[in-house]
Amino acid sequence: MHIHAYEKLWLALSIVLILLLIGSVTYGAVGPGIAMVSDSGGQIDATALDEDDRFADPRVEQVGENSYEVYVVAFQYGFDPGTIDPIVVPENSEVTFYITSPDVIHGFEVVGTNANTMVVPGEVAEITVEANEPREYGIVCNEYCGAGHHDMEGTMEVVTEEEYAELTEGGEDA
Amino acid sequence: MSAELETEPTFVDKFPQEAKVVRAAFLGSFLALTLGAAFGIVQTLHRTDILRGLISSGEYYTVLTAHGVFLVISFTIFFLVGLFTWAVVRSLDRPVVDIRITWTWYLLMSAGITMTGIAILAGFTDRLDMSADVLFTFYAPLQAHPLFYAGLVVFIIGTWLAGADWFRTWLAWREENPNERIPLQTFMVLTTMIMWYIATSAIAASVLVFLLPWSLGLIEQINPTLTRTLFWFFGHPVVYFWLMPAYLLWYTVLPKIAGGRLFSDPLARVVFVLFLLLSTPVGIHHQYLDPGIAEGFKFISMTNTMFLLLPSLLTAFTVVASVEYGARQRGGTGLFGWLTSLPWRDPAFTGMMLAGLMFAAGGFSGMVNAGLNINYMIHNTMWVPGHFHLTVGTAVALTFMAGTYWIWPQISNKPIYSKAIGLFQVVLWFIGMALMSNAMHAQGLLGVPRRTAEPEYSGFDYPIGFGGVEELNVQIAIGGTLLFVSTILFIGNVVLTMGNPKVSGLAEPLPPALSGPEDAPKVLDNLRLWVGIAIVLVVLAYALPLAAIIDNGGLFGPGVGTYPQWIGAPLVAFADAVAPIAGAIADAATPVSGVIR
Repeated sequence: MHIHAYEKLWLALSIVLILLLIGSVTYGAVGPGIAMVSDSGGQIDATALDEDDRFADPRVEQVGENSYEVYVVAFQYGFDPGTIDPIVVPENSEVTFYITSPDVIHGFEVVGTNANTMVVPGEVAEITVEANEPREYGIVCNEYCGAGHHDMEGTMEVVTEEEYAELTEGGEDA
Repeated sequence: MSAELETEPTFVDKFPQEAKVVRAAFLGSFLALTLGAAFGIVQTLHRTDILRGLISSGEYYTVLTAHGVFLVISFTIFFLVGLFTWAVVRSLDRPVVDIRITWTWYLLMSAGITMTGIAILAGFTDRLDMSADVLFTFYAPLQAHPLFYAGLVVFIIGTWLAGADWFRTWLAWREENPNERIPLQTFMVLTTMIMWYIATSAIAASVLVFLLPWSLGLIEQINPTLTRTLFWFFGHPVVYFWLMPAYLLWYTVLPKIAGGRLFSDPLARVVFVLFLLLSTPVGIHHQYLDPGIAEGFKFISMTNTMFLLLPSLLTAFTVVASVEYGARQRGGTGLFGWLTSLPWRDPAFTGMMLAGLMFAAGGFSGMVNAGLNINYMIHNTMWVPGHFHLTVGTAVALTFMAGTYWIWPQISNKPIYSKAIGLFQVVLWFIGMALMSNAMHAQGLLGVPRRTAEPEYSGFDYPIGFGGVEELNVQIAIGGTLLFVSTILFIGNVVLTMGNPKVSGLAEPLPPALSGPEDAPKVLDNLRLWVGIAIVLVVLAYALPLAAIIDNGGLFGPGVGTYPQWIGAPLVAFADAVAPIAGAIADAATPVSGVIR
């Protein structure tokens, strides 16, 4: 088969580009340790979330000095916590979200960040993020979930450590 | 009369029966384009908050479903079956074996899409207890009326029969020409259809085994991750199914319009074989953010996806080289000076070139989508529709419109009503899409979600990026309006062309490639080999993920509801009778998947 010299060069450059792209993703995973949404959250009975101790009472829970776990139920049409009460975490903390759905497929996206996952009934999505500066973020459902989809929103507040201490003074589960 | 005898016969002169089918398929395609564009403009103006009176925000999703299904199922695939029928008959230079079979698949496809279309459009009226507001992706547990799923099945069976029709015609040709290479256009059609058979096997299984029985109430539950995975098994190769007819035009027609000929026939074959092999084992890259699928499977899918860039990058080279050759044949000189020697006044040429240019841009945003980790930034944001309006919405749609200006006269003996309107229309499409798509990408980076009637929220504001969200909304609305006007001009031009009197002398024969099929290794034409490798790759990519999904959640679901439910009263009784059987099947399947694991 006759291949033009320029075409051979182009082919070689194309393969280099592809390998660079694969390399960059691999580096992201191995180097900075960017963890992906995986099957690590396990399965759950979507019709019996109230029998699960994580999702019967969705909440923010401190699990280490600077680490927090947040259990969120995404439902038609809101997040609990998130919609009525904001999700509040302190600055400079590592936050792991566990999110599931009792009805249809939803999305959970902290607007303008890479905290983003699908929420599938029967599965628990697990994502870990770093909350650095105090700031307020919007949370939206980014997967169509029914006629009220556009009303499905929430907020997340990263507050200073002092504010967080004040908020939780009344009890750890406030 | 003597002048007429001297001119070369057109496609319709030689194959009047097939030309009729091709025209019918194109008209079906353009009807869908008109509907899709009408829903498109309503949706653009609603979403950007320019005009919200036409529909309620709840109805937005009915509009969105109609826009998606009519454009990416009926517009694209009806054009494909028309173009492929033309390509097979033209390149084999023989009629189809039995024209009745050809009309049969045309009618099946039409019936199928009508059923699905009725189910969707019924969502606008309360008089019919029917709707299918599930979008093009129809993720369960959102449920559509059974007619929606049944129509899809009928439509897909129609496309299967179309493929069989082309294979049969090729085999008949093969008997008469035992030692010839498969003509390039037929080769492209056959490899694309093999890909389609593999891809649609999953969606057919998903609809027939799970979604249709579930919508009829015969089974109570489905596994949302399983049906979603089966959708994307089909959902990625389908984008290449839209794209391959455009590639066929870029490889075999564009060089001729440019004044030259295809640079390399063997490399064109290599590209189509690569698409056959790599299109399917990549679908999981649409599920990078799915819980319930292990990271390793996502990584494998990412690697395959990146290699899928290769055939498109090769295409970029071959197409540009062929066009440059054409320009130099027309007297073009210089490093870039040859660009001025191209037939820019021809809407067929300019349309395809602009489509190719936008495809390159779409390719770059696609690399971001494919990047397993940076994808988190843009997943399900406006970036994604921004991306695919460059690919299917321009590379494919604009090439189809441009191709129509070249091919329609040859299948009807009627010259195009106005090439000037055609030229204006394709450039307008390019400008409209440049505005709309660019602003969509920018909104995506700000975190604005896709697929929502009201992307503004009461509880928070978007961060400020390259421009405010409102400013980007205006760009999207202007772009969308230009695209709508462009579509109307295209449709009007075609309709007026149909009213033109018939003339002769419109044939435009396609020259053979510079480096012809004799340079291509024989193995490229060994379709059995490529089918085998393609299936092995699909099994490698999907066997373990599917086994894990079934093992985790069960074949018939981990216990989820149905939203909304479409069970008729008589069916409930029937379902009660059948449910134990379905349960037994599910029980039997569990140990099987356990063994696989």
